[in-house]
Amino acid sequence: MEIIIILLTGFLFGCGIYLMLRRGLARMLIGILFLSQACNLAILVAPGLGPGFSAIIGDGETALAAGYPDPLPQALILTAIVIGFGVIAFSIALIKQVYQKLNIEDYDRLTHTDS
Amino acid sequence: MTTFPLYLCPLIPLGAALMQLLLRGRTRAQNVVAVVSTGLLMVVGVTLVAYVKTHGQVVLDIGDWTAPVGIRLQADMLSALMVAITGVIGFCGALHSLPETSESDMKRGYHVIYQFLLFGVCGSFLTNDLFNLYVWFEVMLLSSFVLLAIGRGKAQLEGAVKYVVLNIVASMIFLIGAGLVYATLGTLNFSDIAHRIAEGQGSAAGIRVAAVFLLIAFSVKAGLFPLYAWLPSSYHTPSHTVSAVFAGLLTKVGVYALIRTFGAAFAAEDGFVLPVLWVVSLATMVVGVLGAASQFHVRKILSFHIISQIGYMTFGLALGTAGAIAAAIFYVIHHIIVKTNLFFAASVIDRIGGGEDLKKTGGLYGKAPWLAVLFLIPALSLGGIPPFSGFWAKLALLREILGVDAWVAASIALIVGIFTLFSMTKIWAEAFWKDRPDTAAAPRRIYAGHVVPMVLLAVGTVALSIYPTYLFELAEIAANDLLKPPVR
Repeated sequence: MEIIIILLTGFLFGCGIYLMLRRGLARMLIGILFLSQACNLAILVAPGLGPGFSAIIGDGETALAAGYPDPLPQALILTAIVIGFGVIAFSIALIKQVYQKLNIEDYDRLTHTDS
Repeated sequence: MTTFPLYLCPLIPLGAALMQLLLRGRTRAQNVVAVVSTGLLMVVGVTLVAYVKTHGQVVLDIGDWTAPVGIRLQADMLSALMVAITGVIGFCGALHSLPETSESDMKRGYHVIYQFLLFGVCGSFLTNDLFNLYVWFEVMLLSSFVLLAIGRGKAQLEGAVKYVVLNIVASMIFLIGAGLVYATLGTLNFSDIAHRIAEGQGSAAGIRVAAVFLLIAFSVKAGLFPLYAWLPSSYHTPSHTVSAVFAGLLTKVGVYALIRTFGAAFAAEDGFVLPVLWVVSLATMVVGVLGAASQFHVRKILSFHIISQIGYMTFGLALGTAGAIAAAIFYVIHHIIVKTNLFFAASVIDRIGGGEDLKKTGGLYGKAPWLAVLFLIPALSLGGIPPFSGFWAKLALLREILGVDAWVAASIALIVGIFTLFSMTKIWAEAFWKDRPDTAAAPRRIYAGHVVPMVLLAVGTVALSIYPTYLFELAEIAANDLLKPPVR
């Protein structure tokens, strides 16, 4: 199972980076989406996925069964997903404004504020 | 005895932000709230420094969960100093925004976002948890995105795209770094990380990979070579107040994160990051100052100087001794005051001189000699001319550099200082001494809100210049706190 997630993470990173390097603002947005999902998966898989039980104390038991997976990375990802959602929402609004005001899609023409 | 009410530091800006939200559309009331709340934050910050100096660090366990399980707010001397300076800059920025920020920006919620920015900055300085730091960074970043783009001018939007994209990518790298830290060490609490690394837990390779991710992420935020490109492309585009506050505070949050992680938490890591930081800092100093030399736009020159000066601060960290980190902390505080003041000066140059392009402005010395004085104090301080605060900061750093016989580094630091002075002289000669060209735009009015924060910060610089010992003592306490072997 872990190897699949690891390969998927790598695939998503590859897609994200490829899209960000494609010089189009809309593609860049989708690239950011891919990258943020890849990050979340990376955090999930980095400490190992564990045996696959959920870390919930069952009925009539007083402690967790041994070998439960660590729930903290999942909590971290939950936070990261929410933050990523906000960031993407802002980016979409920003890119829309850039289209409307500057009428630019290609990065290479976005050089007016560089020296 | 009751401890210091640490919750005030994040809660004042948060409460103010919510109030600003309720007061939307009523600009006058919003202005009052902005000034009063940031003033309060400043008072609380300064009191916190005094409290920490006498009583040691203040800890607030949120929800009574103690560390390392719970996330705690913790103010040691470094955090206290940074919160205090956030209050000072927040206050000056609020004053400056009164005449500078346009009515339409105010209607779009400028004041609300400004308070959220301070909320995020304060939180970043106070948290004692790596992942929590990420969350605070995001609060700060999202606010800064909005502040940068709020005027919706063409240049602003373009600058915002560069700033937003690079910072989002950096945040993702930070997130992966935090995840890897947890994967290898099983903790995110700063003192616990230090403790476990010192005990030899976790694989050395895992720790190093995590450290590299964090180094890259914080280097982008701090504007270190070669990851600084977003800074000079965006910092000159928003309103003057926003650039001044960004220039003073935001890059320093990155420097703070570097000091906090690599000065303390990863201090026992086996010596990979600090040598890298050593080289990168020197490159940052040189590249920043050379970039500035080629510019003729006031705020672009100043933006490149931020980069160059960041190199000095991180070099102090790269040396790794208590004295050097103390010098770096002194440098951070000095630089925040001076740089914000220079950006305020840029706003007045823009208004009276008729533009920020040095070729199209001039004659300011005859027109506003008081501005010349207010510009010279921070400019000479930035260049490191005695007796100004920049001289003491550089002197302290140089002593530490020469303490380890790093002659190349010392000469680079000195030569970069000369080039810094060259840029300041360029602004002085072009904007102040040169005759006013006929093409200059008509001067616009300036208000008390432009001048008062400049005077306040200039007084701060002069105070630091005449009596640097006090801040040095505080910086030394902060550095010793950081380097103390971790206790749980």
